[in-house]
Amino acid sequence: MNLSMVELKHNFHKAVLALAVTTLSSVAFSAETGIGQPQGGSAPPDARDPHAYSDGFTFESGPYSQEERQLKLADEHKFWAFIGDRFEYDTDSETGVFDVQGWYGTTYDRLYIKSEGEIEDGRLQESETDVLWSHAYNAYFDTQLGIRVDQSREGKDRQWLAAGMQGLAPYWFEVDMTAYLGDNGRTAFSVEAEYELLLTQKLVLQPRAELSFYGKDDEINGIGSGLSQAALGLRLRYEITRQFAPYIGIEWTDKFGKTADFARSEGESVQDTQYLVGIKFWF
Amino acid sequence: MKPDKSMPAFQKSFSRRLFVKGLAAGGLLSAMPNVLQANVGNAQLGSAPVLSGNVVDLVVEEMPVNFTGVTRIATTINGSIPAPTLRFREGDEVTIRVTNRLKVATSIHWHGIILPFEMDGVPGVSFSGIEPGETFVYQFTLKQSGTYWYHSHSGFQEMTGMYGALIIDPWEADPIASDQEQIIVLSDWTDEDPMSVFSKLKVQSDIYNFNQPVVGDFIDDVSTMGASGALAKRRMWNQMRMNPTDLADLSAETFTFLMNGITPAGDWRALFKQGEKVRLRFINGSSNSFFDVRIPGLSLKVVQADGQNIKPVDVDEFRFGPGETYDVIVEPKNDAYTIFAQSMDRSGYARGTLAVNEAVTAQIPELDSAQWLEMSDMMGAMDHSAMGHGMGHDMKSDTAGMDHNAMGHSMKPAAAKMDHSAMGHNMKSDAAKMDHSAMGHSMKGSSSSLAVPSQKVRHASTEYGPSVDMRVDMPRTNLDDPGIGLRNNNRRVLTFSDLRSVDGILDDNRVPTREIELHLTGNMERYSWSIDGLEFGKSTPIYMKQGERIRVILQNDTMMTHPMHLHGMWSDLESPEGELLVRRHTISVQPAQRISFLTTPHDLGRWAWHCHLLFHMDAGMFRQVVVS
Repeated sequence: MNLSMVELKHNFHKAVLALAVTTLSSVAFSAETGIGQPQGGSAPPDARDPHAYSDGFTFESGPYSQEERQLKLADEHKFWAFIGDRFEYDTDSETGVFDVQGWYGTTYDRLYIKSEGEIEDGRLQESETDVLWSHAYNAYFDTQLGIRVDQSREGKDRQWLAAGMQGLAPYWFEVDMTAYLGDNGRTAFSVEAEYELLLTQKLVLQPRAELSFYGKDDEINGIGSGLSQAALGLRLRYEITRQFAPYIGIEWTDKFGKTADFARSEGESVQDTQYLVGIKFWF
Repeated sequence: MKPDKSMPAFQKSFSRRLFVKGLAAGGLLSAMPNVLQANVGNAQLGSAPVLSGNVVDLVVEEMPVNFTGVTRIATTINGSIPAPTLRFREGDEVTIRVTNRLKVATSIHWHGIILPFEMDGVPGVSFSGIEPGETFVYQFTLKQSGTYWYHSHSGFQEMTGMYGALIIDPWEADPIASDQEQIIVLSDWTDEDPMSVFSKLKVQSDIYNFNQPVVGDFIDDVSTMGASGALAKRRMWNQMRMNPTDLADLSAETFTFLMNGITPAGDWRALFKQGEKVRLRFINGSSNSFFDVRIPGLSLKVVQADGQNIKPVDVDEFRFGPGETYDVIVEPKNDAYTIFAQSMDRSGYARGTLAVNEAVTAQIPELDSAQWLEMSDMMGAMDHSAMGHGMGHDMKSDTAGMDHNAMGHSMKPAAAKMDHSAMGHNMKSDAAKMDHSAMGHSMKGSSSSLAVPSQKVRHASTEYGPSVDMRVDMPRTNLDDPGIGLRNNNRRVLTFSDLRSVDGILDDNRVPTREIELHLTGNMERYSWSIDGLEFGKSTPIYMKQGERIRVILQNDTMMTHPMHLHGMWSDLESPEGELLVRRHTISVQPAQRISFLTTPHDLGRWAWHCHLLFHMDAGMFRQVVVS
């Protein structure tokens, strides 16, 4: 990695940290009172009652009501989606990475499954899978509660309770951050942010960053406390359709602190630059 | 081809039906020669057959169609798209037997017709729907005349072909004189399954928008307005996570726009003789598309809106949303003209030709370039706050001057180039109009008076949750804005302020006894649409007392225009000063706009009230009304 790359990367790390802080504060900010503010906030005491015009009538009761079948619209339907954010292949190390999400539910309450993992020699090396109940918190963010299961071929599997937020931060940053509580007082925090820069209507440059923090050393899994790993990537995709896009990309990963020490002692590299090809799709 | 002469009310013409069928096939054949010839079972496209008399039979069934080169299944009425034109006469009692040959329930709603609620045709609200194999008998007396239409009110059936014209000739001689007339039904067709389209929008709400801001736009802006200008232009949008090119949820990426069931390539044609006065009855029968309609070279004399006659107004162009109708008179002099209806997002168009013979053609105009929404579409009267401070004191003397200053000031930080148009526009019309209204209001003295619509914005408590991505605190109330994409386009474009019902139509001049304020709301990211932040499923009915005069205030807290259709009663649009203007059944409310209308519910029952963009309706921008 040459010097400019290093600088770029470090600036990027700073940017990602700043973003996490901004996001958290913007979420907090939007919970403040909403007077004179076009988004978010909470209702002032004299806000209008949306049921005030009903005079006590409901769909089922009162004159002329349809008793047998009431109109149901899409707001009462459940939808689902499968989003394959990253299916990619690192050309040097010959490993594959997947990062997928699926959801099922209404506009405001959904069951989310997120899974991210690494495949080498046809074997699942490690993976993290979150199963979450996602509930709309404000216009752009959902709170997510559930569990995470870590699987590791060489290390030890871990289970966590998960609580996080996922959504769209000001300036169009897609943000996903989750705090975890494991056994023996283990804690963890991860934050992911993505941005979509439209070069054209079909050619999209996507910077992406992911940071992982741990509260405690977990030597068997090669994890030290504090900021353990940062990954940042740039992916350039061509949207053949809005639902199917091949991409090329580059990703830098960096281990820090004790995590880096553990890696060194295992003879693994602390810094990695990966060249990727992949596809993004959803249906 | 012969001109489609204005037909007497009771004429049934079998030969005409065959003739029209031939034309329809021909129209489509020019686009796809191989597809239709052998397909006997295909739906009939083109000018619809006319059904009249006091008893009409309609059969709802699936039919294969081919608009784009692939065969898809449409939901049709009597096998034609558009559905047969129903031609009745004011005062008649009509019986319409609708037989359902689908595998699912269906319904037909008579859009804009005043009738008993059981005949209104909204499943789950006014009746229980028409089950497969069942025949439902609609029976009602026509108490009005004009251009209307009818469509399915079940699921997405309207989007897949169930729409047609409903023309009611006046009992007495039609005051609108013409030598011939044409019905022009505009619509939008997708080869996709509408439910799958809707589902996609739930995942990515801008999936059909191929006019997104891109890096190149930014570079262009930097070169014309400097880096700070380019950043300023984007700051508010990006901060709020709103897209300035969000002009339509669905675009020509999935839609083929149709004129009387004919694609632009198919070129629907109508013939005229030179010297004739031609009445064009435009119906927006689309599911989700606003159209901007013009006929280059011809002035359009608008004589009717939503079936109700208006004082004639000459324009070059009008915009209308799903559910709305406009009748215009044209006097063509040349050999051929293009009837051009571009979609509001400028992704495509429907078109046809008005010509003296089959051979002659007219030039098709280029699509206008799509414009970004302006700050006034997001923030409303952004200058209003600046004005507001001084208003109490200096209203009479200083207002105009003050606005100019205040506005010039407030514009600078927000925008450089883009507000050129907005500024000109706001300064001339918005601000001036707004002051008038504000002045008129306060000069009347008491804020509790119901003679004029209240201006105090009252958001619902449910507008502060996840269902709402934006609230407007200073809405614009002026009615002379043609809307995004039509401002300052050097054409005379129809606006609400041009519309005046002819004398005798607005027959209820009582001061309203109360106000109902509703805010049109949504969350584009989540693709949810609602009223007061509540989707239909979470809402309660709106109660109206029979015979009472009610003011309805609709405030649009979104960045899209919503054609709001109130069933069962008229919507008498008023000015911000409380002057009754025009009788409508569907009123399009622009982004960040606050408008009001008066209504008198005469007919008892349960009625639907919703945005006529089908997906907004289905997402929950829908209310039930109880009249008792």
